[in-house]
Amino acid sequence: MTLRDTAPAPLAAPSRAGSWLYDPTIRGIVYQVALALFLVLFGWWIFDNTVQNLRAANIASGFGFMSDRAGFDIAQKPIEFTPDDTHGRAFLVSLVNTLIVAALGIVGATVLGFFAGVARLSPNWLLSKVAMVYVETFRNVPLLLQLLFWYKAVLSVLPGPKQGVVLPLGSNLSNRGLIVPRPVPGDGFGAVEIAVLVAIAAVFVLARWAKSRQEATGQIFPTFRVGAAVVVGLPLVVFLLAGMPLSFEYPELKGFNFVGGFVFKPELMALLLGLVIYTGAFIAEVVRAGIMAISHGQSEAAFALGLKPGVTMRRIIIPQAMRVIIPPLTSQYLNLTKNSSLAVAVGYPDLVAVFAGSTLNITGRAVEVIFLTMGVYLAISLVTAAFMNWFNTRVALIER
Amino acid sequence: MTDVTAPSSPRRPIFVRDAFVTPQPPPASTIGPVAWIRARLFSGPVNSAITLVTLVFLAWALPPIIRWLFVDAVWTGDNREACLPVDGREVGACWAFIKAKFGQILFGRYPVEERWRVELTGLFFVVGLVMLAVPKIPWKGVTAYVMLVVFPIVGFYLLYGGTGFDPLAPWVVAAVLAVLAALPSFPFKRPVQVALALILPLLIADVVFGLIALPVVETSLWGGLMVTLVVAVTGIVASLPLGILLALGRRSKLPVVKFVSVVFIEFWRGVPLITVLFMASVMLPLFLPTGVNFDKLLRALIGVALFSAAYMAETVRAGLQAIPKGQYEAAAAMGLGYWQSMRLIILPQALKIVIPGIVNSFISLFKDTSLVLIIGLFDLLGIIQFNFTDANWATPNTGKTGFVFAAFVFWIFCFGMSRYSQYMERRLNTGRRR
Amino acid sequence: MNATSVKTLAVGALLATAAAVAPASAGTLDDVKAKGFVQCGVNGAGLQGFGAPDDKGDWKGLDVDMCRAVAAAVFGDATKVKFTPLNAKERFTALQSKEVDMLARNSTWTMSRDTQLGIQFTGVNYYDGQGFMAKKSLGVSSAKELNGASICVQSGTTTELNLADWFKANGLTFNPVVFEKQEEADAAYDSGRCDAYTTDASGLYSIRLKLTNPDDHVVLPEIISKEPLGPAVRQGDDQWAMIVKWSLYAMVTAEEFGVTQANVDEMKSSENPEIKRLLGLDGNFGEKIGIGADWAYNIVKAVGNYGEAFDRNVGAGSPLKIERGLNALWSKGGLQYAPPIR
Repeated sequence: MTLRDTAPAPLAAPSRAGSWLYDPTIRGIVYQVALALFLVLFGWWIFDNTVQNLRAANIASGFGFMSDRAGFDIAQKPIEFTPDDTHGRAFLVSLVNTLIVAALGIVGATVLGFFAGVARLSPNWLLSKVAMVYVETFRNVPLLLQLLFWYKAVLSVLPGPKQGVVLPLGSNLSNRGLIVPRPVPGDGFGAVEIAVLVAIAAVFVLARWAKSRQEATGQIFPTFRVGAAVVVGLPLVVFLLAGMPLSFEYPELKGFNFVGGFVFKPELMALLLGLVIYTGAFIAEVVRAGIMAISHGQSEAAFALGLKPGVTMRRIIIPQAMRVIIPPLTSQYLNLTKNSSLAVAVGYPDLVAVFAGSTLNITGRAVEVIFLTMGVYLAISLVTAAFMNWFNTRVALIER
Repeated sequence: MTDVTAPSSPRRPIFVRDAFVTPQPPPASTIGPVAWIRARLFSGPVNSAITLVTLVFLAWALPPIIRWLFVDAVWTGDNREACLPVDGREVGACWAFIKAKFGQILFGRYPVEERWRVELTGLFFVVGLVMLAVPKIPWKGVTAYVMLVVFPIVGFYLLYGGTGFDPLAPWVVAAVLAVLAALPSFPFKRPVQVALALILPLLIADVVFGLIALPVVETSLWGGLMVTLVVAVTGIVASLPLGILLALGRRSKLPVVKFVSVVFIEFWRGVPLITVLFMASVMLPLFLPTGVNFDKLLRALIGVALFSAAYMAETVRAGLQAIPKGQYEAAAAMGLGYWQSMRLIILPQALKIVIPGIVNSFISLFKDTSLVLIIGLFDLLGIIQFNFTDANWATPNTGKTGFVFAAFVFWIFCFGMSRYSQYMERRLNTGRRR
Repeated sequence: MNATSVKTLAVGALLATAAAVAPASAGTLDDVKAKGFVQCGVNGAGLQGFGAPDDKGDWKGLDVDMCRAVAAAVFGDATKVKFTPLNAKERFTALQSKEVDMLARNSTWTMSRDTQLGIQFTGVNYYDGQGFMAKKSLGVSSAKELNGASICVQSGTTTELNLADWFKANGLTFNPVVFEKQEEADAAYDSGRCDAYTTDASGLYSIRLKLTNPDDHVVLPEIISKEPLGPAVRQGDDQWAMIVKWSLYAMVTAEEFGVTQANVDEMKSSENPEIKRLLGLDGNFGEKIGIGADWAYNIVKAVGNYGEAFDRNVGAGSPLKIERGLNALWSKGGLQYAPPIR
């Protein structure tokens, strides 16, 4: 005869009518419903006001203008554009311009930032002080001011196109920009491009093989040197075999300006200079903090194992510092991308200057244009953040 | 040295030192400036090379800068003639231009006879800020109350003028109330006290300024450093309560609240400030019922406040995450509800931790204030740029001088604040170390 | 009092102020009379001669006088006007959203603006056209020689569109250098970034004065577009549109019949029926549109006739020294022609 546990009779529910008021779940639901309702109403109120205002003012709305003729010209055209193209095309051109300046800026700021960050930690007193002065000066002055200053300085230093500084290889530097010969690929250049891709793939395979060999035998294979040789060498060999199918279009001074060649306009120079110097100062701080976060014991342990300072830096310090560096570095990259919108102040035709400038004024569709512009930056931010998060999980410390 | 001889047998004398050897000076190469230079600058071939390259760089860069700033600079003059490079003389910075425009750089086009009002507001602000910033000065709670409630009201009346409630005033009041509601470090506890503390300043200000009735100065006349400070300070004060709410919302267990907070924060952090300002200046009027219009400066302020609230939320969230879980559990064990535990336990600690973060946000905001020139307000940078168009001062160096001066002013402010933030960080760290 | 109730109080205050819906709008005229002043959108960048504050902060210019004329017509007092400086991007939105009652900001009257933006232009207070300015040292005597030149231009204006059209029509190429703000375009041109500068001819004269060496630059003869600049109001308020429209016509009519700021009081005793009707001594034209009978008298008394305003701000009596040209009266070979007041 086993004693069976009988469930105790359920307690009578408290008869206080107000009890459900104090139930956290119910309260939470009520709060959330109220919030959601409030937000929906608020959003609808804004939307309704906008529609009413637009209707009352007899303003056309919608995205139809994107297929209208633009009628203006753009100063920097990485893809074909004429005034007869549509506003949609202008949007694309300006978006490409934004991406160009962001990409160049990220590369430049990273190089400068890493250099300055390491320089601040240098045992050399003079170098670390110079780096400190650089960081503290440029971090604490608004970027817009720096851009305006660089633009003014760049323009006032450079001579006119007729008195331009002649550089080697047929390049020329004047207040119309830095003009370099434009490479014109000939027949058979495709083979060279294929060779580049093949070389990159080969280096990947090589790196995997070297790693597995090192794990198995402990022998170190000079992956970096061999890889660099393959990436440079293979396309070069193909290029020579194909009979050097590449000619250069040299800029010529015709009338007022140079015709032909590839132009880095002063607007782009000033914008890049400003973005790189400003963001570089922040990245320098990020790098310094990252390296200082690695405990001294790590490098001491490496020296105790007999590793050389170079190897210690490359194999011990930097990989660990990267974990600390990457999240703030990501936000600096995003800041740089967003800050490139200040191009509007120095006349560089980026998204804000062309699309939220010329197009907005010509079509008068403020709401659509601003929202689309915001949407683009938002998308760039989210995509970059997602990519960096993925990268971050790859390098993150996996703790036991 | 003494000869110690044993009394019994003749022995070899034993030598025992009974005085210290006088210390020798260290080798000359390990102390003093020479050694320092050797250790810090020429410790090896690489280090020596770096030093030499840096020295060459400095020799190339510094002299022209110093010449331009001081040696060739023009310090006095009434118009462009003083700063024009005539007959081949070298002309550097044109400080005379800054001197001539100094009133505008501080106050914009604020009427000269009313400028005492701005100066008074500035004095009030500086005194309050010093009392808040220096840890040794007591009465922090009362000062915070005065700065967050009394100062905005008085400042608004002083700067804008007018009597009673102008169209701007309710918004200022609403913002102040919102600040209060969110601020946990509030010195009054009883409901009556709270009500009085909120309503009395308003009533007193209303009566006093109703009697004085300062002439209204339109915000289109504001400018210079004054606008920079007004936008930055209002932006940070308005973004604080909103940022705290958003940070709490992002850590909330309620999915809808969390979702809304995350979307809001990520949206504002993902777009450039300049598009936010465009939105505020061009589109805000379309969002509101016909006929409701804000002043242009206020529109920019709303945009700046929303934008910085998102960044503030992330700063505060970092502080909340730094609070050990035990604190939450302890608060719950004491039977405190969510809002009570937040107000009495969590936020006071979290906000103390994030003071450096808040100061850093303020530095960013202070720099970003310069963007309002793009939407046609004249902040410090805007007014300087505007004065380049003055034909009386059109010289090759006017622009560079103006930019250098503006950069210097911004730098002084930002560098000072960043030093203060580092000092606070060190102070707070000692408090948390055991 | 716990924090929740404080919060409720605060949110309540916020909502209460937000819900303070603006007074239901009657007509613009009633709103203006209720406010006690005319809110007028003018050039924010400070275009000398049209709309710019002087050193003391007083607004001066042809567009500014247009606003003052409307204030004089409505209130009999030209000081009852407030100015809102607007840039190219905000100007039409500010008008649409009732931030300003009228816009006098050297804006070109075009069909798309008149039909698609919910605004209407009420007249032309300056007949302008787009021109070019170039450095003398280039040795250019005509815009047709600007093939391949870099040209500074302000973005989002009719100027930018005309530039592209005209170069295309003439089979020429050019490199645009586009700036958001006029001051930035000016500065870039002054530093030699561009070979030429293009904007409305009136603007060229004003900008040339601000350059470091005005004498090194020359305004080229070509006028490549029609730029009728005029005041604008919102659509759907005919009464207000008529007040703004006829304020300008009153100034033109006054010039036509020789009524000036100085002699307007003597002219009250004139026997000329045209002048009598203008000054409100015969017929009550002003009262029909909701303003006083002496509306035009007040305008002329306050800001003078069109010719006086022109001379004072942009013409012979100003630093700009712009010829009357197209803006002369129709009787003197120009285009300024006011319909009769009768």
